[in-house]
Amino acid sequence: MTDQMIAPVRPETVDIDAAIGILKERFPDAVKDDTREGYGGVIVERGQLVEIATVMRDELGFDYLSSATAVDYLGIEDSMEMVYHAYRTTGGSPLVFKAQTPRENSSVPSLIDIWPGVDFQEREAYDLYGIAFPGHPNQKRILMWEGFNGHPMRKDWKEAYYEEEHKPFDSRWPKGMVRRAEELNVYGKNVEYPADFDLSRLSDDTESSLYAGMGLGVNVEALDNTDELKTDRLVVNLGPHHPSTHGVFRMVVTLNGETIETLEPVMGYLHRNHEQIGERNAWLYNMAFTDRLDYICSMSNNLGYALAVEQLMSRGMRYTPPTYRAEVIRVLMVELTRIVNHLWAIGFLLNDLGAFFTPALYAIAEREKILDFFEATAGSRLMCNYMRFGGVFKDLPERIHSTASLLNDKVRDFDTMQYITELITEALPRAVDELDRFLTDSEIVKTRTIGVGYLPAETAIAYSAAGPLLRGSGVAYDVRRAEPYSIYPELDFDVAVRYNGDIYDRYLIRIDEMRESLRILKQILPRLEHTKGESFFAGNKAVYMPRVALGEAYGRVENPKGELGYYVVSQGDPKGPQNPWRYHVRAPSFINLTALGQMCKGQKVADVVAILGSIDIVLGETDR
Amino acid sequence: MSSLDLRQLHDTEFPIPDEMQGNLAITSLSKVYNWSRRSSVWPMLFGLACCAIEMIATAAARYDTARFGMEVMRASPRQSDLMIVSGTVTKKMVVPIVRLYNQMPEPKYVLAMGACASGGGPFKEGYNVVSGIDQYVPVDVYVPGCPPTPQALINGLIALQKKIDGQSLANMDDVPWYGVGPSDPVPIPILGPDIIDPRQMGLIRQQAMAAAAGQPYGLRELPTVPMKIVSKTASAAGMVEVDAISVVDEAAEADRKARRQDAVARKRAFLAKS
Repeated sequence: MTDQMIAPVRPETVDIDAAIGILKERFPDAVKDDTREGYGGVIVERGQLVEIATVMRDELGFDYLSSATAVDYLGIEDSMEMVYHAYRTTGGSPLVFKAQTPRENSSVPSLIDIWPGVDFQEREAYDLYGIAFPGHPNQKRILMWEGFNGHPMRKDWKEAYYEEEHKPFDSRWPKGMVRRAEELNVYGKNVEYPADFDLSRLSDDTESSLYAGMGLGVNVEALDNTDELKTDRLVVNLGPHHPSTHGVFRMVVTLNGETIETLEPVMGYLHRNHEQIGERNAWLYNMAFTDRLDYICSMSNNLGYALAVEQLMSRGMRYTPPTYRAEVIRVLMVELTRIVNHLWAIGFLLNDLGAFFTPALYAIAEREKILDFFEATAGSRLMCNYMRFGGVFKDLPERIHSTASLLNDKVRDFDTMQYITELITEALPRAVDELDRFLTDSEIVKTRTIGVGYLPAETAIAYSAAGPLLRGSGVAYDVRRAEPYSIYPELDFDVAVRYNGDIYDRYLIRIDEMRESLRILKQILPRLEHTKGESFFAGNKAVYMPRVALGEAYGRVENPKGELGYYVVSQGDPKGPQNPWRYHVRAPSFINLTALGQMCKGQKVADVVAILGSIDIVLGETDR
Repeated sequence: MSSLDLRQLHDTEFPIPDEMQGNLAITSLSKVYNWSRRSSVWPMLFGLACCAIEMIATAAARYDTARFGMEVMRASPRQSDLMIVSGTVTKKMVVPIVRLYNQMPEPKYVLAMGACASGGGPFKEGYNVVSGIDQYVPVDVYVPGCPPTPQALINGLIALQKKIDGQSLANMDDVPWYGVGPSDPVPIPILGPDIIDPRQMGLIRQQAMAAAAGQPYGLRELPTVPMKIVSKTASAAGMVEVDAISVVDEAAEADRKARRQDAVARKRAFLAKS
């Protein structure tokens, strides 16, 4: 990671096709159009990748690298490729470029000097695909542990209990012989040990590689030459079991006194193989899994995935876009989810600041009423699994059972429209105002947060930060405006932005965004009334097993935590059962953490927890 | 009343003093002991995944576990009685979980919350997912659901209270923490090429030796469809015949049994003497 940040020069903006034209002109041998069916963007010669990326950033203005991921084309092209999506922070569509590498001894030059935000994403590709990144200063596993055998996302790597490539498995459908995976193997495990496996290695400390290069201990030679007092560096592990880390996240910090010198995030404690399971599932099955990514905002995760797959479907035949009512309901759900998330985030930020649980209890009280609405509509409080390709799976219910004003009130029967109108126009604004009144001018909150965890705008862009983290640093970048989707173009709202880039501004951003969400919701209400009774689904029948065209798609939405992107590749037989060839989630929590080390450097150890709380991560999404 | 021998309370002929007639309720010691234990179960403040959100919601204002004396969530395992395993247990995370479990003082209980903690759940087929926490630590209550609603979790907590109610001080198997010495810790898994349970070390050694000798090891052949259930007695061909658990643990198991018998004998002797 570089210490000095590069401030990109804002060049004259040209559109994507013109930008590709300029690139092809500059590098005639190294840049080629991606002509495969259903693919877009350019394929870049990996030898010149760094050079070309520099031109993209400095001359063409693609200063924000949203996503970098790997795809294994075993059996199709027998190569692997890295796929990058670069954007301009002024808005617009992505410049997609790819670098191909053979499967054996695969390597792609690291882009960490151009966009430091690829740091964790390249480590993830190394971990799961085994692609080496020459030039990466810290290339080691990130989700699995050091010493794990193999790179699990490669198409020829099979996990324990492996059954088949596609779901539904023959053993379960249509024969219906459902059985426990343990029965496949008498030992309950299906572990293959490498031939050179040495048992004595087991006693090794798997942590030692983690601490390497963290500058521990006192340099004895330097001590002899000076009269200065030297202090020992102290390593403190925060997590994975720690009450303030918002899940099983771990930070290893090196302290000089109470000041932080280095901080290294350690993750993977909740790596539950979302992407590999997703590549075995049929397209629809993944909808339920996206709920469990960012488990506080399941509705918005659904929307991102639906948009990505709808992009693929729209290239095939017989595709009808979602109806207007479907879009209205989607936006209603997504904006309510944003309020749920921000209430939660603010409550637990205060928890991290030491106001133990009282603010959190107040903040999440109104959340229960929104969850009642979700439960009445989708059937589940948390894991809604509500959206489908081409709409939503169910219309709003006629009536709702919930409490009237206070949570300890009696459960009553309400008309749905009356209930959500009351929620949007009275209960939620009251809750937001209450938080604002108690916290914004609080002496203690201000002292603990103003000027702490500073992240300048250029650094935030360079580190691919997204969501409140980016907008709190003064970059007014919101996917709902930058690359609008659904019915956002016709809605009137402002992109909340604050300029100081500290914890306090990230808190204020969340208050602002809740107010903007309420503003959107107030515009949604008449649209709901107006479209009542219309179809909530494209066509007249639910698309449960879509037939999608070959190719790739990248669907992204502005999630409460930042830009959530889904990169999906379809290689299936258009007539047979289909599942994603590649299913990648660009998780905002994961990539926002890249900036954590930078933000914590030089701060006190007590502030680390607050800084982490201000990023607002969720581990289901970070580790996937 | 300092001279009162509590054991006399079991004697129905025990004369109750006049001034205490009508003010004194007589019950068994176990009942009082269990009532106080079950009314102050302190869970560990420890969330793993999605279920943790519902666990927080259960503890919060609307559902309020304070009604059961369970609102005091302790961040340290040394102060907690109950570990709510709220979410997917990954191979990387099971190591800290077992360590935390070992650090909890007796009496300790484990509640597996949700499908993942109970048996792997929707992520069961994942290469980094443990098929249920009960493969490593003993579980007292399973709560189904993905995630369980707060009502379901409360039902699980009530089930735990019933379990505590049913434990008797007179039965050594119910209250092993009054036995001799500390209880046996669960061996901490090791992260090697895959996760390694030290209790299966004998099997792994055999596999490694077989691999070094170039023989087939493990079972990699995929079953044909429709599958036959392979039982432990009729194992498939080409596999190394080892009894996984018994190789290492025989000595430890015998030792544990001997200590247990010793403790029971001593308690019986004490009861008989008094």
